[in-house]
Amino acid sequence: MTLPEFSPAGAYIAACVAAAATYFWRAFGVAIGSRLDLKGPVFEWFASVAYAVLAALVVRLVVFPSGELAHIPLAVRVGAAALALAAYALGRRSIFAGCLVGACVIALAAIWH
Amino acid sequence: MDAHDQASELLPPAMGVSAAIRAGAHAAALAPALVLGASYVGFGSYVGSHGLGLDFALFNTFTAWALPGQLAATELYLAGSGLLAVALAVALANMRLAPMTVVMMPVVHVAGRAAWRSYAAAFFVAVTCWAMTMMTAPRLARADRLSWFIGCSLTLWSASLAGTAVGFYAAEYLPRPLTLALVFLNPLYFMLLFLQDLRDRARLYALVSGAALGVPFHLLTPEWGLLFAGLAGGTAAAALARRRRRIAG
Repeated sequence: MTLPEFSPAGAYIAACVAAAATYFWRAFGVAIGSRLDLKGPVFEWFASVAYAVLAALVVRLVVFPSGELAHIPLAVRVGAAALALAAYALGRRSIFAGCLVGACVIALAAIWH
Repeated sequence: MDAHDQASELLPPAMGVSAAIRAGAHAAALAPALVLGASYVGFGSYVGSHGLGLDFALFNTFTAWALPGQLAATELYLAGSGLLAVALAVALANMRLAPMTVVMMPVVHVAGRAAWRSYAAAFFVAVTCWAMTMMTAPRLARADRLSWFIGCSLTLWSASLAGTAVGFYAAEYLPRPLTLALVFLNPLYFMLLFLQDLRDRARLYALVSGAALGVPFHLLTPEWGLLFAGLAGGTAAAALARRRRRIAG
């Protein structure tokens, strides 16, 4: 197999830009968050927004995935997530059981396809 | 009862920096590290099968550790987009890190600690270690919390780097059903991780409203959908939780 030895300088510049754009939000979060009171309404609002964004992210990764996963039918992806939830609940809240069942559904669907 | 912090008399005594780092690393070892490492196998194999080197893949995971932004940056670079486009796309994909870091800071805060420590630690804020810290830290002595987070995130970061390398070299040997299953682990794991601790009503409302608004807002605007769903869902959830508390109290 032939793999490229080193990436071009342009890729490194893009990676540095990406790193700056990523750390920017983390630094922003420290600047704001360090002044917040744990029991105040502003903290509660930020916490709600954070969890809402993450729930929306999970839904997006399942319903509108990018790349290869998009070739698996939507019903299968949603079904895999639902079965993972069921396995998690029945398996005494075991994240491992949930992940295993959900991933197996996707793998089986890909084999079937 | 505040779910984010127990009364200080209920907290255990501080265990010290190295013990707290080890406890965090121990919590992250195995299951969480394996799942996140598997997600990064997907990233590594993507980079490997698109003609970029392992050095780029590792450098990217090392310096900008947050999967959605890494995928956005790599896709755009490969498509020949300009640096401004890369910056904007990554910023948009990783904006969630801002409210996450905001919320984690008061939880791990210790009066009098130098600010640079918080800025350095924030480099490691990512979904898995953040969610684990938000769940565990309120049961730890305040002095131990940031160390616990560092131990947890260093373990997950190492697993991500290892996963990136494995994926890069294994790209052409991994069967397609396996890679797809590995990629799908990421949303599954996040989903179940958030469901672990639902004692806090406001958090439950936020998760439900964010999930419900995720699809319609994405259809409305794919770029901004995530942010709008978070702002609208989070604001509604916080208002509902306040109202409920006023009625109950």
